[in-house]
Amino acid sequence: MELPRYHRLRPTFYRLEASRCTACGQIHFPPRDLCLTCGSAANQPLQLSGRGRIVSFTRLWQPARGFHDLAGGVTALVELQEGINVTAQLTDVNPERVAVGQEVEMVVRRLLSDAERGPIVYGYKFRPVLKTHQAVEAS
Amino acid sequence: MRSVSIIGIGQTPVAEHWNRSLRDLAVEATLAAIRDAGVERIDALFVGNMASGLLCQQENIAALIADYAGLRGIEAIKVEAACASGGAVVRAAHLAVASGAHEVVVAVGVEKMTDVGIDGVTSALATAADADYEAAQGVTFTALNALLMRLYMERHGYRRADFAPFVVAAHENARANPNAMFREPVTVEDFLESPLVAEPISILDSAPICDGAAAVVLCPTERAREFTQRPVRILASATATDTIALAPRKDPLWFDAAYASAHRAYQQANLSPADVDFFELHDAFTIVSALSLEAACFAERGQGVRFALDCNIHRGGKLPVCTQGGLKARGHPVGASGTYQIVEAAQQLRGEAGENQLRDCHVAMAQSIGGMASVAVTHILGV
Repeated sequence: MELPRYHRLRPTFYRLEASRCTACGQIHFPPRDLCLTCGSAANQPLQLSGRGRIVSFTRLWQPARGFHDLAGGVTALVELQEGINVTAQLTDVNPERVAVGQEVEMVVRRLLSDAERGPIVYGYKFRPVLKTHQAVEAS
Repeated sequence: MRSVSIIGIGQTPVAEHWNRSLRDLAVEATLAAIRDAGVERIDALFVGNMASGLLCQQENIAALIADYAGLRGIEAIKVEAACASGGAVVRAAHLAVASGAHEVVVAVGVEKMTDVGIDGVTSALATAADADYEAAQGVTFTALNALLMRLYMERHGYRRADFAPFVVAAHENARANPNAMFREPVTVEDFLESPLVAEPISILDSAPICDGAAAVVLCPTERAREFTQRPVRILASATATDTIALAPRKDPLWFDAAYASAHRAYQQANLSPADVDFFELHDAFTIVSALSLEAACFAERGQGVRFALDCNIHRGGKLPVCTQGGLKARGHPVGASGTYQIVEAAQQLRGEAGENQLRDCHVAMAQSIGGMASVAVTHILGV
């Protein structure tokens, strides 16, 4: 990925910055200027919690160019707590033990690194919610 | 808008054409269609193609093909709508004639995929998804379809084996199609044992990487019989779009672009699903076949796979699909597939489908789906 594009993507890639519709409240990730639901301005910034659950997943055996280390890894459709979906890689997970409904949280990880030139690209991935987090929240 | 008819069809075999280039394939199909139509003069050339820049390092291919097809000087432009480019190019050509801007035009769909390796093809196809929020995350096209397939299986209680009829029927139909890539049968066991590409999608759920070109010649219906005794009328031509990415959709298992384009087509033709004799659907993956049957209103939601299991999709069934092998077995040269669908539907309606000829067929639907069903083009043809 070329540097200007990566630079532009930092707010979403690092922080899951989204936008909210000023009229109907619908949340959009990635952010968009016009609401998908009602067509009103949707430019109110919002940072997503990064917590959600797996709606669907796949184990990928044929990655695209530059993503060879994803072979055998898990790609998931995640529903965030805010009620919107995002597609992303899972990380820090045993691929054999992924399940629909599993709770996950966003972390920043390396996305792409074998480009001949250009930066190492970091961005959001999701991992199973750490047990220690759950314990703290429960207490 | 005036009525438009197909007066000529042409195609190359679908294969890994190691000795033939993008221009060779497009020129062969274009000239075959012009010869079939018996026309002397072409007013404009429309070229459907998804990714010649990435796959062949060649853009400006409309001028290239006009040049090499002996049409230098005419109007020629490329039409791109991802994997639906082959349908979109017929739509563009249809508009040109229906509007009165042109009299006789050629629409050719072409894709040359085998000049790059499999990761290059995977990356090129991924450009049909959202570049920043799908492709850059390493989410391939197959992965997106796999997410849908698992969700569909979970929600509606299907097993992987239940998707096999789409593949078995496609290969059975391809057997007698001399232009098909895979003319050998596959069994349910073959399907279940085939290696996984993106679980639960296996290699046999997926259409192959290949090369090919298909073309049609269009003219106003009122002039069609000057050129041919077997014109095929375009009763409807409609395109619709959906979100570029999968994630923002309220229900990922509903192909809204496919529904909207089919709905508009039914309205234009003043027909209902019950009037359609056969359906050339976009079987890039088995899950797409199921969702396409549902979006075009041939099956209720969640019943697309059931519809195939109940033996409706075979020749002689309630709604034969992919009568010459479809994307799965005829092959899926992406920017050409939608044009192949139109050519094959015209073959059936002209009574020239050989061993695969359907009896008593008068109305065909062809639907080409691009990206993660972010664009869909539907045509209804009739004789």
